[in-house]
Amino acid sequence: MDWFTEFPELGRRDLRDFRKSIDQGFKDFTRTYGEDIESFFEPLLQFLIWLEKLLLATPWPLFIVAVAALAWFASRSLRVVVGSAVSLFLIGFLGMWEDTMSTVSIIVVCTILCIGLGLPVGIVMSRSDRAQSVVTPILDIMQTIPSFVYLIPVVMLLGIGKVPGLIAVVIYAIPPMIRLTNLGIRLVDKEVLEAADAFGASPWQKLVRVQIPLALPNIFAGVNQTIMMSLAMVVIASMIGVTGLGQPVLKAISNQYLAMGLLNGLAIVALAIIFDRISQSYGKRLQSHRGGQDE
Amino acid sequence: MSDPETKIEIKRLFKIFGDQPESMLEKVREGVSKDELNDQHNHVLGLSDINLKIRAKGIQVVMGLSGSGKSTLIRHINRLIEPTVGEVWIDSENVLEMDEKTLRDFRRNRASMVFQRFALLPHRTVMENTIYGLEIQGMAEKDAEKQAAHWIERVGLAGYEENFPGQLSGGMQQRVGLARALATDADILLMDEAFSALDPLIRTDMQNILLDLQQELHKTIVFITHDLEEALRIGDQIAILRDGQVVQQGTPQQIVLKPKDDYIADFTKDINRGRVIQLKTIMKVPNDKPGPELSAEMLVEDAAQLVTESPSSQARVTNDSGDVVGVVGINDLIRAMARPDIESRLEEL
Repeated sequence: MDWFTEFPELGRRDLRDFRKSIDQGFKDFTRTYGEDIESFFEPLLQFLIWLEKLLLATPWPLFIVAVAALAWFASRSLRVVVGSAVSLFLIGFLGMWEDTMSTVSIIVVCTILCIGLGLPVGIVMSRSDRAQSVVTPILDIMQTIPSFVYLIPVVMLLGIGKVPGLIAVVIYAIPPMIRLTNLGIRLVDKEVLEAADAFGASPWQKLVRVQIPLALPNIFAGVNQTIMMSLAMVVIASMIGVTGLGQPVLKAISNQYLAMGLLNGLAIVALAIIFDRISQSYGKRLQSHRGGQDE
Repeated sequence: MSDPETKIEIKRLFKIFGDQPESMLEKVREGVSKDELNDQHNHVLGLSDINLKIRAKGIQVVMGLSGSGKSTLIRHINRLIEPTVGEVWIDSENVLEMDEKTLRDFRRNRASMVFQRFALLPHRTVMENTIYGLEIQGMAEKDAEKQAAHWIERVGLAGYEENFPGQLSGGMQQRVGLARALATDADILLMDEAFSALDPLIRTDMQNILLDLQQELHKTIVFITHDLEEALRIGDQIAILRDGQVVQQGTPQQIVLKPKDDYIADFTKDINRGRVIQLKTIMKVPNDKPGPELSAEMLVEDAAQLVTESPSSQARVTNDSGDVVGVVGINDLIRAMARPDIESRLEEL
C-alpha cells in the first residue's frame, strides 16, 4: 500500500535535471538572442529617457499648470483641477518632485504601450471567438502569476534597468485594456450593427465609425484600469532598477524608515487619484449623450 | 425580368434555422409542419416556399403575427439573412448571387432600411445620423449635409439637427430613421415594423408622413407590420404570413371582403370596413336620382358622412375623368360598414 500513502514523486535527481535543463535552455537563448532583443527595445529606452528628461527639465509651475489644464479639459470640474494642483504642489514641497517625474514618465510610456498593443489585440479578440478563447487564458495567467516569477526571465534576458521594469509593468497592466476593449466591442448594440450592414458599411467602416465609438466608454475604463495597475507595479519595478517613487519605498522597507515609506506611498496614491479622476471623468463625458442632457 | 411593373420578385424561398438546414429541406417540401420540425428535428422553420412579386412604386405590406417570419422575410431582400434556398430578384439581378462588393453597393445605393427600434447611432447627432448612409457611400461631407438637411426638414425635424437621439421622443427618433433611409436616395425602402414601437397617435402621424412622402417619391416600399389596421391603411398590396408561409395576397379590399380562410377572417372581423372599402366596390347601376358626385376611390366611411350631410339619400359615383359610373345609396353604405358576423346574425333573426 506504499503507493497509496506516498505521492508518486519524480525522483529528486530527475527533478533537478529537469529544472537544470530548462534553466540551461533559457540561458542559451539569452546568450544567443539577448543582444538582439536589447537593441530591439533600444528606441523604447531612448523615448523613456527623453520623456523623463523633458519632465525633469520642465519648470515645476508649468507642469502643475499643464496637469490642471488637462484636468479641466477632461472633467470640466473645478474640484478635480484644484485637487490635482494642490496635491502636486504638496508632493514637490515634501521633496519628492524628481522621483514623481520619473514615475510619471514611466506610467505615461507604459500607458501608451498598453493602448498601442492592447487596443488591436482587443479588437482582434472581439472579432473572433477563437481568438478570444486563445487570448483569455493568457490574460488570466498574466494577471494571476506572481510578478516576481516573470521578473526572473526578464532580468535574465535584459539585465537590470528601465526596459525590463517597463516590460514587467506592461505585462501586469495590459490585461484590463485588452479585456475591456473586447467587451466594449462585443457589447455594441446588435441592431445598430445590423443597421450599419443594411446601409452597406464595410467591416472597416463598421469598426471605425460604429464599434469603436460605441465601445469608447468601456475602452476608457480599460485605460483607467491600466493606469491604476501600472502605478501599483511601481514599487515592484523599482526592485529591478526603475527609478521613481518606488525606490524610496524599497529603501524604507529595508531600513524601517516609517515616514519615508509613508510619504512616498502617499505620493503614489495622490498620483493614482489624479490620473484616475482625469481619465474617468473624461470617459464619463464621452457618454454624456446617453443621459440626454446637453453638453 | 419580363414584367416591367415588378420590382422585387421572391421565388421559392426557404429559410430553415438550425445546424443542418439543407438536410431538413426535403422534409419541409414533403409538408412537415413547423411544430413537427421543431419538436422532432430541432430545426426552426423560418420561411417556407415564399413566392412574392412586389410591384414597383407601390407599398407592399407583409403582415403577420410574431413568429410568422415577416422580419426574416424582409431581411432576405437586402440579404441581411442568407436563405437556405431560393431566389430574390431585384430588377434583373439575383441578390443572392451578388459578390460581397456588389452586395455592398446594392445596400448603399439601391435599398435602404428603417428599423423597429430605430437603430440610430447614439453618439451622433440627428444630422450625423442622417448623413450616415451618404458617408458610407463616400459623399463629401458638405454635399451630404446639404442633402440630409432637406430630408430632416421633410420629416419635420428642422431645428433638431444638433440633438442626440437620446434627447428625442420615440416618434422623433423614428423620423430620424426615416430621414436616414430616404437620404441615400435608394428606390427601395424596407421598413421593418417601423412604427410598431410608437404610441397609437404618433403611429398615425408617421403613417401620414409616409403616405405624403410616397405621393411624390414613388418608391418601392416593403412594409412589415403585425397590425392589420396599419396594413390596410397604408398597403397597396398586402401579403399575410403565417408560420412562414404566405396565406393570402391581395389588395386591402380583397383581404377584408374575401378572406381566404378562418384565420384571416378572424383578423378582419374587427376591422372598420368603412375605412377600407371603396365606393367602386359596392356601387350599383347608375340611375337619374340626384346626389353629390363622389370619386370611385373614396372610402365608404367618408362617403357616408357626405351623403348624410346632403339632402339626397344617395351619391353618384364618378371615375377619374368625371363620368358617372354608378350610384351608392345610404343603405348600401351602412351595410358595407357593418361587421360580417353581425350581418349574418341579423339574417338569422
